[in-house]
Amino acid sequence: MNILWLQSAGCGGCTMSLLCAENPNVLDTLGDAGIEFLWHPSLSVETGCEVQALLGSVERGEIALDVLCFEGSVVTGPRGTGKFHMLAGTGRSMLDWVRALAPMAEHVVAVGTCAAFGGITAAGGNPAGAVGLQYDGRQKGAALDEGFTSRSGLPVINVAGCPTHPAWVTETLLMLAGGALGAGDLDALARPRFYADHLVHHGCTKNEFYEYKASARTLCEMGCMMEHLGCVGTQAVGDCNIRPWNGEGSCTRGNYPCIACTAPEFEEPGHPFTETPTIAGIPVGLPSDMPKAWFMALASLSKAATPQRIERNAHSDRLVQAPSVKARK
Amino acid sequence: MSDRQLLVGPFNRVEGDLEIALDVREGRVVEARANSPLFRGFEMMLQGKAPSDALTLTPRICGICSISQSAAAALALADAGAVTMPPQGRLAAAILHGVENLCDHISHFALFFMPDFARPVYAGRGWHDRAVARYTAQEGSAVRPLIEARAQLFHIVGLLGGKWPHTLAIQPGGVTRAPDARDRIRIQTTLRAARRVLERELFGGSLEDFAALGSVAACEGWTRGDVALFSEISADLGLEAIGVGPRRYLSCGAYPLAEGRVTRSGVWEGGAVSEFDPGEIVEDVSHAWMLGDAAHPAQGATLPDEDMAEPGYSWCKAPRLGGRTVEVGALARQVVDGHPLALGLADEGSVRARIAGRLLEIARTVLWLEDWAAALDPGAVFMDPAPSLREGVGVGLVEAARGTLGHWIAVEKGRIARYQIVAPTTWNFSPRDAGGVPGPVEAALVGAPVGEGETTPVMVQHVVRSFDPCMVCTVH
Repeated sequence: MNILWLQSAGCGGCTMSLLCAENPNVLDTLGDAGIEFLWHPSLSVETGCEVQALLGSVERGEIALDVLCFEGSVVTGPRGTGKFHMLAGTGRSMLDWVRALAPMAEHVVAVGTCAAFGGITAAGGNPAGAVGLQYDGRQKGAALDEGFTSRSGLPVINVAGCPTHPAWVTETLLMLAGGALGAGDLDALARPRFYADHLVHHGCTKNEFYEYKASARTLCEMGCMMEHLGCVGTQAVGDCNIRPWNGEGSCTRGNYPCIACTAPEFEEPGHPFTETPTIAGIPVGLPSDMPKAWFMALASLSKAATPQRIERNAHSDRLVQAPSVKARK
Repeated sequence: MSDRQLLVGPFNRVEGDLEIALDVREGRVVEARANSPLFRGFEMMLQGKAPSDALTLTPRICGICSISQSAAAALALADAGAVTMPPQGRLAAAILHGVENLCDHISHFALFFMPDFARPVYAGRGWHDRAVARYTAQEGSAVRPLIEARAQLFHIVGLLGGKWPHTLAIQPGGVTRAPDARDRIRIQTTLRAARRVLERELFGGSLEDFAALGSVAACEGWTRGDVALFSEISADLGLEAIGVGPRRYLSCGAYPLAEGRVTRSGVWEGGAVSEFDPGEIVEDVSHAWMLGDAAHPAQGATLPDEDMAEPGYSWCKAPRLGGRTVEVGALARQVVDGHPLALGLADEGSVRARIAGRLLEIARTVLWLEDWAAALDPGAVFMDPAPSLREGVGVGLVEAARGTLGHWIAVEKGRIARYQIVAPTTWNFSPRDAGGVPGPVEAALVGAPVGEGETTPVMVQHVVRSFDPCMVCTVH
C-alpha cells in the first residue's frame, strides 16, 4: 500500500508525533506491513522537481494512489482563492491540489484535527479561512464536498487529534492495508472507532478525585480539573489514558486539562481553555450521557463524603497522604 | 544578468513548505529569493483572547519547536505579570526544553540533512557507499537507531510534561507537574540510554571528549563515528566554503535558570561580542505580503496583503537588528557562548560550520540535561500559580533549536491586545528589506554551484538545510 503525504496549514506536529511511534519504530511498523511512502515531506529524499513530477503522475492516474494522507487544514483565503498556501514550486494552491488528488486515492486520511475539521488554524476569527478536508468545524462540506467519497467508497477518514497519537495514525493505516477498516468502523464524525469509542476520562489517573469532586483550583494541584480548570476529559473522545503518550504521559497526567482536541471546533471553546464555565456553580459541560440532575445529586453527595486523604492530596502538588495500609482481617 | 532561472519547491526535509527562486549565471547562483508560502495568522487569532490561551495556542504554531513556543509564551506572560518561576520550576522547564532541542538536532542530522549525500549524483565519491549505507532516507542503518533514541528521549517529556508536541506543562509560574524521586530516576535512565546510542551511532566516542574539542583542527582530527563521515564529505565537497552567512550571530542565551541563562546572550561580529538589545529589533515588511510599516515587535501588526502585491514575494517579515541581518541557530548560540570550537567556525560561517555547531550542541545538551536531572529536587516547589493578568506588556525570549525566538504581548482589560512573534527562521529566511538587503539564507546561497542539468541543485539543498529551517514557525 502506498501513501502520498501532504502537509498544508498546520504545524507539522502530527508527523513529529508519528516519528515517536514505538515497538517497533515508525519505519518498521509501517514497512513490515508493506506500507511505503510514495512521498513524505519529512522522510523522503525527493525534493523540488522530483516531487512535482510525482504529483503530476498521480494526478494523471499514471501512478495508482492507495492512500492520500493530508496533514494541516486547507486554507481557502484570501477570498476563496486558497493563495494563503500556494504549494511551493507548483504555482497552484494546496486547495486546488487536494481537490485534484483526493478523487485519485483509494482512501483519503485526514491526519490531525486541522485536516479533519479545520482545527487550531481556524481559531480566533479564522484569518486564513482554514477548513478541514471534508468538515468545516461541525459542518460537513469543506475543501471536499459533503458527499465526497474516495475510490473505496469511504468518506475522508478523520484521524482527529492535536496532535494525533502516533498509534492512531499507524493503526488506521495498518487497518486500511489489511482491509479491516470499513464504514462501520468510523464514528459519526468519521473518526476511527478503535480510539474514538473511548473517552479521555477512561483510565484517567485522577479518577478517584473525580469520584469525590475533589477539585484542583490551580494547575499545580493534583485534584480533578473538571470543576475549575476546563478539563473536558469526561466528554472528549480518545484513548489517551488507556494507552498513554510518549511512554507514560497524557495531558491529565501532565496535570493540565483535556481540551477535547479530537473534537471539531475545540479551538474555540467559548471560554479560556483552562477555566471551566459554570452556571450557578454547575459546570456547563457535563459528562457524556449523564443526566444533569443525577450529576448534581451525585456531586453534592460525593463532595460531602470526600475522605480526608483525597481532599488533602487534591489540593497538593504531590501526594502528601498515602492510602492507609489495611490490617489483616 | 542571469542565464537561467530556477524555482525550487516543494522543498522538503525542512519543517513546512518552502520555495526558493534562483537566478543562475555561469553555473553559480547570483541571486536567491526565499518564499515562505503559507500564511495562517496566529498573531491575529490571539487578539482578544484570554492571556492564558496563548499557552494553549502558541505551541501549536509549530509541531517541531512546540516547547520553545510554549516557553516563550510563558516567559512573556510572566514578564507582563511580573511573576517568576521558582528555581526548580525553571529547572524542570529547562529539561523539557532541552529534550526538544536535542531531539530536533538529532532529527535534523539523521532525517533532514544527511540523506542528500546518499543521492546518486555523488556515486563514485570515496565516501558515497558509507553515506548510502548509513543515511539513505528511511533505510540507512543510522536512521532507525536515531529515530528510536529520539522517541525514547521524548519519554522525558511524557513524564514531566504529559505529551509531545503541544504540552501545556510550562506556565508563567512554573511547571504543572511536580516530579518525584522515581521520575528523576527514570529521566536519568532515559538520558543514559540516549547517551549510549549517540556515542555509538553518531560520535564514535565520548560526548565529553567531543564537547571539549578546542579548535577546528581538533574537530577535523575526530576520526570516529558519523562525525568523521561528515567531515570527510565536507572536506571533499568544500562545504567549509559554501553557504556563508552574514557572520553576525545572535543569541538571547538558552535556558533561563535561577542563577542565569546557561549560555550567554549577545551579538557576535568580527570576534567581539556586544550586548543584545531587543529594542533594536525592527520587522521590515517591504518585501513581505504584509501591509503596514516597519516596526518593533512591541508595536508591530500583522496585516496580510490579500492582493499579494509586488515587490512582496513571501509571507515572512524581515526582522533586522540595528538595521542588519543576523544569523541564529545552534552555531550562533555556541559562538556567542564562546565555545572554542564554535569560535573557530564563526568566521567560516558555512554549511560545515552550522553542522559542526549543531553536533557540538548535541554533545553539550546531553551533558546539561544530565546535570539538570541530577539537580532536580523532588521535595521542592515547582510552581507558584500566577494571578490572572489584567494589564501589562511583556517579552519572552528563548533559544529554540533553530535560534532566538521572541514573543511580545500586550494585555489590556484582561484580554490580549497585541501579540507578535519573531521566530528563528523569520531571522534566517527573511526576504529582502527596504534597502534591498537579502536575508541570511538568500545571501548564503549566492555563489552556490549549479550543475548544468540540475533543476533542484543539490548544493543549494545542502545550504538551505544546513540552516534547519522551520517554515511553520517562520510566518506563523
